[in-house]
Amino acid sequence: MSPLRAAVPLANGGAVPLANLPLLGRGHFTGALLAEVAEGARVAACFAVPVGSALELYAVLARDAHGDLAILRTEIGGEYPSLALRCPELQLFEREIAEQFGSIPTGHPWFKPVRFHRSWNERDAWGRGLERPQPAVQEFYRVEGEEVHEVAVGPVHAGVIEPGHFRFQCHGEQIMHLEIALGYQHRDVERLLLNGPHPATPHQIETVAGDTSIGHASAWSQVSEALAGSDLPARGAALRLVAMELERLANHVGDIGALAGDIGFLPTAAYCGRLRGDYLNATAVLCGNRFGRGLVRPGGVAADLSDEQAAALRECLVAVARDTHGALELFFDTPSVLARLEGTGHVAVEDAAAVGLVGVAARACGLQRDARKHHPLGAYRTAGIEPAVKWGGDVFARAAVRQREIEDSLVLIDSTLAALPSGPVRAEGGAPRPKALAVALVEGWRGEIVHAALTDAAGRFSRYKIVDPSFRNWTGLALALRGEQISDFPLCNKSFNLSYCGFDL
Amino acid sequence: MLKIIRERIRQGHRTASYPKEAPVLPERFRGAPRIVPELCREGCGDCIKACPFGAIEGTANGPRLDLGRCIFCGACAAACPHGVLEFSRDHRLAARRREDLLAGADGHRLAGALEGEMRRLFGRSLKLRQVSAGGCNACEADLNVLNTLVFDLARFGIQFVASPRHADGLMVTGPVTENMRFALLETYAALPAPKLVIASGACAIAGGPFRGSPECHDGIGDLLPVDLYIPGCPPHPYTALDGLLRLLGRL
Repeated sequence: MSPLRAAVPLANGGAVPLANLPLLGRGHFTGALLAEVAEGARVAACFAVPVGSALELYAVLARDAHGDLAILRTEIGGEYPSLALRCPELQLFEREIAEQFGSIPTGHPWFKPVRFHRSWNERDAWGRGLERPQPAVQEFYRVEGEEVHEVAVGPVHAGVIEPGHFRFQCHGEQIMHLEIALGYQHRDVERLLLNGPHPATPHQIETVAGDTSIGHASAWSQVSEALAGSDLPARGAALRLVAMELERLANHVGDIGALAGDIGFLPTAAYCGRLRGDYLNATAVLCGNRFGRGLVRPGGVAADLSDEQAAALRECLVAVARDTHGALELFFDTPSVLARLEGTGHVAVEDAAAVGLVGVAARACGLQRDARKHHPLGAYRTAGIEPAVKWGGDVFARAAVRQREIEDSLVLIDSTLAALPSGPVRAEGGAPRPKALAVALVEGWRGEIVHAALTDAAGRFSRYKIVDPSFRNWTGLALALRGEQISDFPLCNKSFNLSYCGFDL
Repeated sequence: MLKIIRERIRQGHRTASYPKEAPVLPERFRGAPRIVPELCREGCGDCIKACPFGAIEGTANGPRLDLGRCIFCGACAAACPHGVLEFSRDHRLAARRREDLLAGADGHRLAGALEGEMRRLFGRSLKLRQVSAGGCNACEADLNVLNTLVFDLARFGIQFVASPRHADGLMVTGPVTENMRFALLETYAALPAPKLVIASGACAIAGGPFRGSPECHDGIGDLLPVDLYIPGCPPHPYTALDGLLRLLGRL
């Protein structure tokens, strides 16, 4: 086997026996990973798995151009050479592994805790004692100088939002550096899933990030389907697509409204606030819950839609769509709005690619990244998704990506509901495969959600890895703020609208 | 400017006429449970076994559902072969005391109004500081919805404020992660007395889906004195609004 071709290919939503994944030597692993990345692969996930007293490292690479994934596996000990400088996408994954298992990536350029919890095996990578680490207690990057000042915000913020800590290094109004310390929402999701699925598992998955219940439930369901070898019935797949796109619509429309609110453009803020609720209510038509709880389940969806209900939903969405277009048109047609959005919070395409941004934030920088196109599953295989790519990298581009996706999702939902396939909405699966790895990528409304499960001899989860898009994109927000006015932080923050709990797990 | 006015006319007036008219919720919405013990078969226990969070207890008078632990997934109703337990579309769920959330054959006890001085102080104007302590952003999102023009929370004299110093009450979401415990207690301490505490959502009441997590506290019950419990995962905006208005003696 050539060192550069050591990665084992895997289709999205597929499973592979662990025995088929060679345990590569460290150098072999590094060479193969860097070669794949040089050829355009992205690191979709990288995580450690304790095996006896040893620690195995898995890297899931997404080869968008080939439309497949590739798996690499090696072993790491208490220390291993960091690859973060050669592949910056890995920097946060290496810190996460260090925090969970105490394994130190030597030479890491920014070696700080991620979520501020005790390690899972008593080994602390930062040599902290037995006392529980406190969130955001760390050395922050500091700029020194007579006219330099530091602004600390959070964990409790001014609005009805989740907690996090932001530390700005400022010169006057200008931000030189923003450092973000999270972990306040850490609920230990990954460990709660161990030896599962448990009766509570679907509900914990749906609340990894509660505004992405459908997205995470879809990823988990696809992992479960891969392990059980079940086929998703066409009608179930179509309803899943409708639910996913409704989730995208609700959040994108809400985000445009929030941007409008932040710049004081109240008409769109008011309309979008209401319209977001209309999309949530449409989701509740499917399953009774505005966030889609209980809808997406392994094998399909838990509730069918009658022909009359589907027709009523279509009709209702026509009216909502008309109001949405009106609210958006007003927003994007107003010069004073555009003046506030254009050029604000810029992220360069090179930086976006280097740190591995995903979703809206990546597409707004000109990166073609959309799992619905490159790694489609279920009804997306035939949906013909064209990623909404914009080039500015600024708040405007992130708003414009959302605008395009709102329009596309409305069309997609309508055409899907108009031609719902007949048949069952859910299929029974077999027993989950033992000693296997299954991976699913889903394009949630924020971006790519990655779930990876390893099973033990009984087919239960021996490791469950979740990568929420926010895990990648918080770094993007920090980059976007460099050189900006501190008063533009809320606007830039809204333009990313990232999840705290999705990051904190 | 003309475009704005035209669009304003086109979008129309959208504020709901609640509480004059009861809200119409989707057909599949799961609200207050209806329990008919006469249909219950002794020794069955299917509903108890179906609940992932141990919210159901068998009593001599049929099952009793703890709306504090319940995330309204409907697994119990689906599991019951006799139709003993089902969820209605009634959004009214909030209660003043933890034990009032136990729903049996007679339903559960809805929240009553604040008493005496507290009602005089807050009955017409209530400022709330919200703290998310491990919330998944669904509770937070549906509290934010109360500020939209549909619900227009401010017309009831209720407002979310930025500073705990300006607040009369603390509205908590989330199971209280260990990493947020200190910040939550500090925020509570920063509120001037007399003050209220509201536990909004299954997590804040009893831990929700994260009940039993070593990194969470199973809600705020052991940390703060609670004046109002609003069940749901997340509570529907009307459930939250109903609870707040009941607390202020406005319903």
